[in-house]
Amino acid sequence: MPEPLLELKNISVKFHLRRGQLTAVDDLSLTVNRGEILGLVGESGAGKSITGLAIMGLLDHPGRLESGEVWLSGERIDQQPERVRGSAISMIFQDPLTSLNPLRTIGDQLVETILRHSSLTVAQAKERARESLHDVGIDPDRFDAYPHAFSGGMRQRVVIALALSTDPKLIIADEPTTALDVSVQAQILELLKTLCARRNAAVILITHDMGVIAETTDRVAVMYAGRLVEIGQTNEVLLAAEHPYTRGLMASTPVIDVAARDKPLHQIPGAMPKLDALPTGCAFHPRCEFAEHRCHLESPPQFNNRVACWRAEGEAL
Amino acid sequence: MTFVTATNVSRVYDLSDPWLVRMLAMRPKKLLTAVDSVSFDIERGTTYALVGESGSGKSTIAKIAAGLLQPTSGSITIDGKNLNDPATSRREIKFLRRRIQMVFQSPYASLNPRWRVGDILAEPLVAFGLRSGKKSQQHRVKELLVQVGLSEGDSTKYPHEFSGGQRQRIAIARALASEPDFIICDEPTSALDVSVQAQVLNLLKALQADIGLTYLFITHDLAVVATMANRIGVLNRGHLVEEQDASDLFMNPQDAYTQMLLQSAPRIRPSVEGLSPNRT
Repeated sequence: MPEPLLELKNISVKFHLRRGQLTAVDDLSLTVNRGEILGLVGESGAGKSITGLAIMGLLDHPGRLESGEVWLSGERIDQQPERVRGSAISMIFQDPLTSLNPLRTIGDQLVETILRHSSLTVAQAKERARESLHDVGIDPDRFDAYPHAFSGGMRQRVVIALALSTDPKLIIADEPTTALDVSVQAQILELLKTLCARRNAAVILITHDMGVIAETTDRVAVMYAGRLVEIGQTNEVLLAAEHPYTRGLMASTPVIDVAARDKPLHQIPGAMPKLDALPTGCAFHPRCEFAEHRCHLESPPQFNNRVACWRAEGEAL
Repeated sequence: MTFVTATNVSRVYDLSDPWLVRMLAMRPKKLLTAVDSVSFDIERGTTYALVGESGSGKSTIAKIAAGLLQPTSGSITIDGKNLNDPATSRREIKFLRRRIQMVFQSPYASLNPRWRVGDILAEPLVAFGLRSGKKSQQHRVKELLVQVGLSEGDSTKYPHEFSGGQRQRIAIARALASEPDFIICDEPTSALDVSVQAQVLNLLKALQADIGLTYLFITHDLAVVATMANRIGVLNRGHLVEEQDASDLFMNPQDAYTQMLLQSAPRIRPSVEGLSPNRT
C-alpha cells in the first residue's frame, strides 16, 4: 500500500493584478506517495511551475496561495513553508547557471547548504559534501572549482548534489533537463532516478516533454489551464489516455518511426487560453472535438480519481 | 535533380586575444573549427535535415547556406549558382537571395514588435521589387496570410497580439512572400508547445506538397526529423559523421554517435511489460 507523503488539498493560486484576478492554479488536489516519481506535465501556461512554487512557499507577489492546504507527512506546511524548504523538500531548477552562485566554489555552496540544515561541524559538513559530489559522479577533488568550470550537464549534477545534501523526503525538479542535450538529459534523469530510489526520496518532475514522462515517472498528472485534467499510473495514462487533451497531446508528439513522414501529425486546433481569457465551463472545450452543450456551462469534477471530463461521468472503472 | 550542393564547407572562428596581448604573452592564435569540410546534396522538392547537439555547427551551416555568413573554405551552390563565389554577379546574387529564405527558432525575436503584420509581410515585396503599388501589395499580403492559415484581417495587428504558433506562421508567411524555392528552417518549432509544434510542422509539409519547396531543416530533435526529413545528416563537432535516407538511418544507423543519439532520445511509448494487466 503506497504511503502518502505530500498531499495538496484543493489548492488555488491567484494573481492579484490591477486589471483583476487571474487564477493560475484552480482547485488542485493530488497526492505524492513516499519514494515515487510523479510527473507533472503540461504546456506553457498550464500552471505546473506555479504549483511547484506554491508547495515550496516561493510564490512572489502578486501571486498568492489563495485557498487549500499543503500537507507533508501528516503535518500542514503551507502556513510556515520555511520549516521544510531546503530540508524536507528541495528544488531543482531548469537552468543550473542561474541556480548556482558564480562567485563561490561548488564545495563552499554545498557546505553552506549542509550547515544551514543540520547540526554538523564544518569538518563533518565538508566530508558530507565530498561524499555527495562523489554520489553524483563528480570527482570530489573538484571541491574548490567554480561553476563556470563545469559543463551544463555537470552543473546540473552539482545542483542535484545540493538538493540531495540535506536528505530531503521530496524533491521538486522543474524542467531539470530542458536546457541540456538529449544524451546528457538521459544521464541526468538516470542519475536522479537511482539516487532518489536509494534514499527513498519522492520526486515531482515538472516537464513539458511526454518522452521524459514516459521514461522516468511512476505516475503522471496532466495539467491544462491551471486545472488537473488527468492523473494515473504513467503506463495507463500514456497507453490509454481518457481526457481528450491528453490523447491529443500524445498524438501530436512526433515519434521516431520510419513511417512517420508519410502522414501528417495529429493536431489540436487553437492554443492554450490566456489566464485572463479563460473560457467558461471546461477550459478545454473550445479545442475539444467532443465538446457538448454541458462542457460550455460547467467545469467537470474529477471522475474515478482519474479524469476531469464529462464524458467519463457514470463510467465505472 | 540536385538543387543545393555543399562542397567541403568549412568555417573557422578566430577566438584569439587581441594581437598585442597575444604577442606579450607569446600565445599562439586560438582558432575554432565550427564546421569541418561538410558536403551534402539536397534534391529539389525534398527535405534535408541536419541533426546535432549544441555546438555541432548546424546553425553555422544554416547561416552559410542563407548567405548570412561566408565559409572559410568550400562553397554552397544553389541551382548551379555559387553564392560565395566573387565571380557571381551582383544581379545574380540578388536574384538568388530572393529564392532563399529563412525561418528562425524564436518567432518572439524574429518579428519586429513595432511593425504591423501587414508591413512585416510587405517588406520583402518592396525590397525585391515584386509588387508595386499599395493595392497589389495588400492583396498579396492577404493571400499570404490565408496561405499559412491566418485570416485576412490579421494584417493590421501587431505581433504581440498573436500566440507563439501564430507568430511562427507569420514568420513562414514572410519567408514565402518573395516566392522562394529554398527555405532554411533553423529549429523552427523548438520554442513552441507540442500541440502547436504539430500545427507548424503540418503547415510546412503542406506547403512543400503544394508549391514544391526545398527545405534545409536544422534541429536537435530526432522525432521532429522523423516526421519531416527525406534525407538526414548527423553532425558532431563540425563533422558530418553520417548521412543516409531517413528510413535507413532510423533502421540501421552506422555511426556510433548516431546510435547513441537514437538511444538517448526519450520515447513516449512505455514498455508494455510494466502495464498492469487487469484494466478494462
